[in-house]
Amino acid sequence: MSKIIVMTSGKGGVGKTTSSAAFATGLALRGFKTVVIDFDVGLRNLDLVMGCERRVVFDFINVINGEAKLNQALIKDKRIENLYILPTSQTRDKDALTREGVEKVLNELSKEFDYILCDSPAGIERGALMSLYFADHAIIVTNPEVSSVRDSDRILGVLNSRSRRAEQGLEPVTQQLLLTRYDPERVEKGEMLRVDDVLEILAIPLLGVIPESQAVLRASNVGMPVILDEASNAGLAYSDAVGRFLGEDIEHRFVTPQKKGLFSRLLRRSA
Amino acid sequence: MSSASQVAERDVPFQLRGNSFTMMVLKVFAPTSPEFFTQLNVKVRQAPNFFRNAPVVLDFDDLPESIVFDLAAFVAQVQAQHLLPVGFQGGPQPVREAAAAAGLTPMPSGRAAKLEEVVKAPDPRQPGAQGQAPIPAPQVLVEVVHRPTLVVTEPVRSGMRVYAEKTDLIVTSSVSPGAELLADGNIHVYGALRGRALAGFSGDAKARIFCHSLEAEVLSVAGNYRVSEDISSDFYKKAVQVFLRDGVLSMDLLKTA
Repeated sequence: MSKIIVMTSGKGGVGKTTSSAAFATGLALRGFKTVVIDFDVGLRNLDLVMGCERRVVFDFINVINGEAKLNQALIKDKRIENLYILPTSQTRDKDALTREGVEKVLNELSKEFDYILCDSPAGIERGALMSLYFADHAIIVTNPEVSSVRDSDRILGVLNSRSRRAEQGLEPVTQQLLLTRYDPERVEKGEMLRVDDVLEILAIPLLGVIPESQAVLRASNVGMPVILDEASNAGLAYSDAVGRFLGEDIEHRFVTPQKKGLFSRLLRRSA
Repeated sequence: MSSASQVAERDVPFQLRGNSFTMMVLKVFAPTSPEFFTQLNVKVRQAPNFFRNAPVVLDFDDLPESIVFDLAAFVAQVQAQHLLPVGFQGGPQPVREAAAAAGLTPMPSGRAAKLEEVVKAPDPRQPGAQGQAPIPAPQVLVEVVHRPTLVVTEPVRSGMRVYAEKTDLIVTSSVSPGAELLADGNIHVYGALRGRALAGFSGDAKARIFCHSLEAEVLSVAGNYRVSEDISSDFYKKAVQVFLRDGVLSMDLLKTA
């Protein structure tokens, strides 16, 4: 039985797609057959971040509408075994997502895959609702700033009331926090919320803290999930988060500023 | 074949429940006035859909003791206006008797009387007025006495709205910024209160808000509100109760021994 994960946040630009690409890749690297679906109809991005934009022929919406078979739309990742991408349509809008259509595709995918990762669009409208409706697990992507935290709180409320599990009175969707773009130095200076501040408001378990890193933008631009960049803190942090998701006990790192030598501290002070 | 009692246990043919209904009261000042029904007709015509077959309670409280009129004919004329007289309240003894004889239910008048009627179980041995059948106790008011408090154990998230209608609200976890708590009675929050809390939502000036950590965006009791900007920092993140003191929204620290 496959597990359905939704990567969601409410707010835009916090790193849902980056995290979806990294997370799906991480699951596949650990041997799970994984598919990542782009629910951001009309604003197709996942294929770019996954580096498969030039191989998209049919998409998720074509499959929903019965215009293509699922196998025609699924793109197999060239780097990693077990990893597939289901891109979305750039020309349609979110109204193309029907509950029956999404359910049909998810049912078909669940016969084959261990994990189905749904990359949610921003907002709390149709696209986001459809991406979270069938979820078993939710990963809430949040930046350490107040508006992102508030929107995440909102989406948690939506998960608790409008998901399939909520509507049918089943066991609730499990919820975990992925705190992205975390800059320990700016936190130290009081310019960003601390991990604890965010956890106090959202009151859900912490899956991981992804440090702010130039590697993320670099990876996106070349279409490589950042988790494959093993030299970067962000990549390592995503790898840790995937491990924790699978139940491993891994200590959080990158949450405090790196110790600086006397020389660089002196430089900073004079700057 | 199963016995009657077994049948009754398995699928009960009825259920007794308390409920409260909103009804119009037709205050009768001069039932014999020739103008009465022409004027009533004018009123009813202003909103025919609203009044059509609306149940009404006839209020005879303001009738003089000496009044004499044909109550049955009066009720028939009210019905002709497509109003449904279902009960009556007050009035001189002969009018009350005539109304009961016409099949109208005596309604308790006034709020104080209501509660008293409900609290005191009707004594079946007490004879009804003038030896007539005892007046049936008003069952419709049971609910007024106690409505269960609404208890919320999950965090109240941004954008969520919880309304405790005609009762108190207890939240055992935190209330996020952008969430809204409404209660016709009191509000208790045992986590941090970071959203809005509006107690006495239907106007009860005696309602209060109690919270363990006051970080609210808006506090209101019976429409008297205060936004977080106007809340003294002395109360921030403290255990506080909020209430109306002489009509002004006031706050006190809760003493935790």
